[in-house]
Amino acid sequence: MPVSPIQAHTLKHRSWVAFLVIPPVVFMSLFVVYPILSAFAYAFYEWRGLARGEFVGLANFKEVLFGPTMAPVVWNAFLHNVYALIALMIIQNGGGFLLAWLLYKEPFGYRFHRLAVFVPVVLSTIIVGFLWKLFLNPNFGLVNQALNSVGLDALAKPWLGDSSTALGALILANAWHFIGFPTLVYLAGMQRIPSEIIEAARLDGTNEWQLLKNIVWPLVAPSTTILFTLLFIGAFNWFEIPYVMAGLDGSPFGSTDVLGLVFYRTAFGNQSASIQNFGQGSALATMIFLFIVVFASALTLWLRRREIQF
Amino acid sequence: MNTKALADDTASQPASFAFLAQVILIMNSFIMLYPVVVMVLSAFKTTGEIFEHPFALPDFTQVQNFTRVLGETAMPTYFLNSIVVTGASVILILVLGTMAGYAVARYESRTNTFILLFFLAGLMLPLKLAVIPLFILLRDLNLLDSRWSLIVTYTAIGLPSAVFIMAGFLRSLPSELEDAARIDGASEPRIMWSVMLPLARPPMAIAAIQNAVPIWNDFFFPLVFIQSDQYKTLPQGLTTFMGEYTTDWGMLFAGLTIAAAPITLLYLALSRQFIQGMTAGAVK
Repeated sequence: MPVSPIQAHTLKHRSWVAFLVIPPVVFMSLFVVYPILSAFAYAFYEWRGLARGEFVGLANFKEVLFGPTMAPVVWNAFLHNVYALIALMIIQNGGGFLLAWLLYKEPFGYRFHRLAVFVPVVLSTIIVGFLWKLFLNPNFGLVNQALNSVGLDALAKPWLGDSSTALGALILANAWHFIGFPTLVYLAGMQRIPSEIIEAARLDGTNEWQLLKNIVWPLVAPSTTILFTLLFIGAFNWFEIPYVMAGLDGSPFGSTDVLGLVFYRTAFGNQSASIQNFGQGSALATMIFLFIVVFASALTLWLRRREIQF
Repeated sequence: MNTKALADDTASQPASFAFLAQVILIMNSFIMLYPVVVMVLSAFKTTGEIFEHPFALPDFTQVQNFTRVLGETAMPTYFLNSIVVTGASVILILVLGTMAGYAVARYESRTNTFILLFFLAGLMLPLKLAVIPLFILLRDLNLLDSRWSLIVTYTAIGLPSAVFIMAGFLRSLPSELEDAARIDGASEPRIMWSVMLPLARPPMAIAAIQNAVPIWNDFFFPLVFIQSDQYKTLPQGLTTFMGEYTTDWGMLFAGLTIAAAPITLLYLALSRQFIQGMTAGAVK
């Protein structure tokens, strides 16, 4: 059958488009969609090491949330994730907002300060964790040595060995690592505010605090939405800093335990001795995932409502 | 209040404010940079010197910590693995991301919306939480404990954002360009390769940096997938190294310095592209 040139053209077109689209879609299906869908399914089975056993319904979820061995650990860790979220919201995102405001005015040394605040952001979390672990060493760490040299010996502590300060130290190390990110995102948000608005407010005699609170903060709401959502997801996925600085067990005495560590211990705890529970691990991962999806979506919607178009 | 007083008021307040701002910014930059500086300085010291004179300048000709890290430990292997894994992942992300992004941006099709939604879902789902099935899948594919396990995982994580960056840019190019080439009789692949893609280098650079930095720095997936020392990447290898030399602080700081050096130097050289790339998802 003779084929008209236009049809041949579209057929050729179509196979070319298919050639472009199919490899990426297949790749995503295999390595993202399939694992994520299986992750939900796995939580409903009993696991013996790497082998899938019986369908057990909600037993794994029940064990994680209410079981005598898992539940206290999970709730303790969850609370620490919440602490970290609140503390980082204030220190990291709030601090970033204030730094961005100082940088926004392009003071002397603007380019240098902008460069400096982002240096820790590019470093690996592992490097940051080890660096601060060495600095916080009770005897030879930089922090206590500095306190001793200015005569504040009384304040020197085994920061990571004391359960009252360990989580705080981890949070501060995290804030040191990432504060540059919200700073520069807020800075970009502030630079998008039409300068007439700020000049008009200044001419009206608005003081610095009112300007910040009533004009700048509402107008950078889109940046706030994305930064708080990212921080929320990050706080409940927190793993590397606690792992490196406090160890897999969240020492001392579980005072730095977080959900990421509990998940890792449950699922991959001791591969060589095959003490691992993929069923409970999957149940925990599924619940963390649903928690993040539900609350992050609600947070995003709520924060979106205060965004103003201009 | 007369106009003069008002003018004085607005002029004097910003002056004291500017001073305070300057003090805070200098303090902040000091806090950001000093730990990194101490890390580098300590790498030139012996452990005894670090303990005795933590704040002193070292003798910069003392490089034995560095030569020992590079000569005695597996650090060069970790380094090479990081380069291979990061390089291969970024190339795969760019190739697959450009293919999908180009198809969606330059051809009308009923499936476009579906494909974009498909990748949007991938953008939102944290693959970290699907690590158990991924682990089993990679075991079944016989990829566990190999560099490929990391390369396919990072490509899967990075692909969605690359598709959106590329599609967003390619859609903004005028269609006159390809129409002219089409009238000249150029084939579709040739139009893509010789006409459109040469224009798409800036978004490719953004997508590359946005993905390369987190891949280079990632620790979680190697921790789960890699057991053999010969395949470990730098962050994971660093934990092995730190465990071996716990009491030799000179070595520890030299190892950290060597691990931090490439990305820090690259950042200082290309800070604009780094900042643009790493905040690309959060800045409109």
